[in-house]
Amino acid sequence: MSKKFNVGVNSAWCKGCALCIGVCPRSVLEMSGRMKSTPAREGDCIGCRQCENICPDLAVTIKEVEENV
Amino acid sequence: MPSAEVLSWLRTRFMPHIWCPGCGHGVIMHALIRSLVGLNKDKTKTVVASGIGCSSRMAGYINACTLHSTHGRSLAFATGIKMHKPELTVVDVMGDGDCSAIGGNHFIHACRRNIDITAIIMNNNIYGMTGGQASPTTPVGAWASTTPYGAVDPSFDLCKLAEGAGASYVARTTIANPKQAETFIMNGIKKKGFSVIEIITHCHTQFGRKNDRRLPMDNYNYFKEVSVPLTKAKTMTSEELVGKLVCGEFVDKNVPEYTDQYGKVIERARKKG
Ligand SMILES: Cc1ncc(C[n+]2csc(CCOP(=O)(O)OP(=O)(O)O)c2C)c(N)n1
Ligand code: SF4
Ligand code: SF4
Ligand code: SF4
Ligand SMILES: [Mg+2]
Repeated sequence: MSKKFNVGVNSAWCKGCALCIGVCPRSVLEMSGRMKSTPAREGDCIGCRQCENICPDLAVTIKEVEENV
Repeated sequence: MPSAEVLSWLRTRFMPHIWCPGCGHGVIMHALIRSLVGLNKDKTKTVVASGIGCSSRMAGYINACTLHSTHGRSLAFATGIKMHKPELTVVDVMGDGDCSAIGGNHFIHACRRNIDITAIIMNNNIYGMTGGQASPTTPVGAWASTTPYGAVDPSFDLCKLAEGAGASYVARTTIANPKQAETFIMNGIKKKGFSVIEIITHCHTQFGRKNDRRLPMDNYNYFKEVSVPLTKAKTMTSEELVGKLVCGEFVDKNVPEYTDQYGKVIERARKKG
């Protein structure tokens, strides 16, 4: 089974700069109508953390989902 | 990176921070915090000093022993701290104007002394805070608020300046490579001696919009496009390197460190007295 990830955006800190959206290789994130980054396709996330590391506002957190086997 | 650890180094009561949406200074702060976490540093034994500028606001956001000093003089304050307590980890965060214009003298002499401080230069090519005036790192021909016909003065290569002045660790990267920024900052902090990490960043608000890079992502893409790793740069001609940003570790040497040398003088003087 491939790993699954939880993509969290702290919308109180997000300023809608779109850097995380631009760097994501899987187009997981999208801009909401209120100019906040939103994980629209969380299931496609490969956990590369490029979005987390580029966020100037420390608003993105990627967590590996623990599988209950 | 366990995010809770990163957040523990942030004064969350001041978030969201004051920087413009997408400002590269935040990317650099994030990389510095990850480096401090990666090195298992103690917040009560880590100093982050800064001067004045958008970049210098960083010291206020980091949950460590911080000092927001005066424009261009942060290295003088940081030197005093390090001399008093050499066991502390001292990081000095500076803007390009802060470091190389008003603070140029402090900078070259800190390099020359080789005092064990890690200097992080957030080079956005202008004075961001005061309205986008040209700085010593504004590229020739670039548009700043004080260069309405394009900059005329040749710009400084801050890494070459640091190397020539005697720093024991010198590296450059851009905000488009935050993992490399984290690694270079870690290597700089580990180095016993004066370390300089120049991180090329953008002020899209004051500089990018005048130079066809209005959005944060335009600047990210530009940095990706013009960055050349040092190993590759060594195989290129000077003509091929025009307009490129060479990224890598330029200096990594072991030379006597200032507080160690000074400690020996104190010992000698005490024996004599
Ligand atoms: C002694 C003194 N001179 C001038 C200023 C005005 N001033 C404030 S910030 C700044 C330049 C900031 O540029 P830089 O260091 O590159 O930081 P940035 O805002 O670009 O991050 C200047 C000239 C000041 N605060 N103090
Ligand atoms: S990088 Fe951070 S601040 Fe910018 S849009 Fe993404 S979550 Fe928001
Ligand atoms: S971790 Fe990688 S794949 Fe997942 S959302 Fe972030 S950038 Fe996209
Ligand atoms: S003015 Fe420029 S340097 Fe200052 S916060 Fe805005 S983008 Fe960053
Ligand atoms: Mg600047």
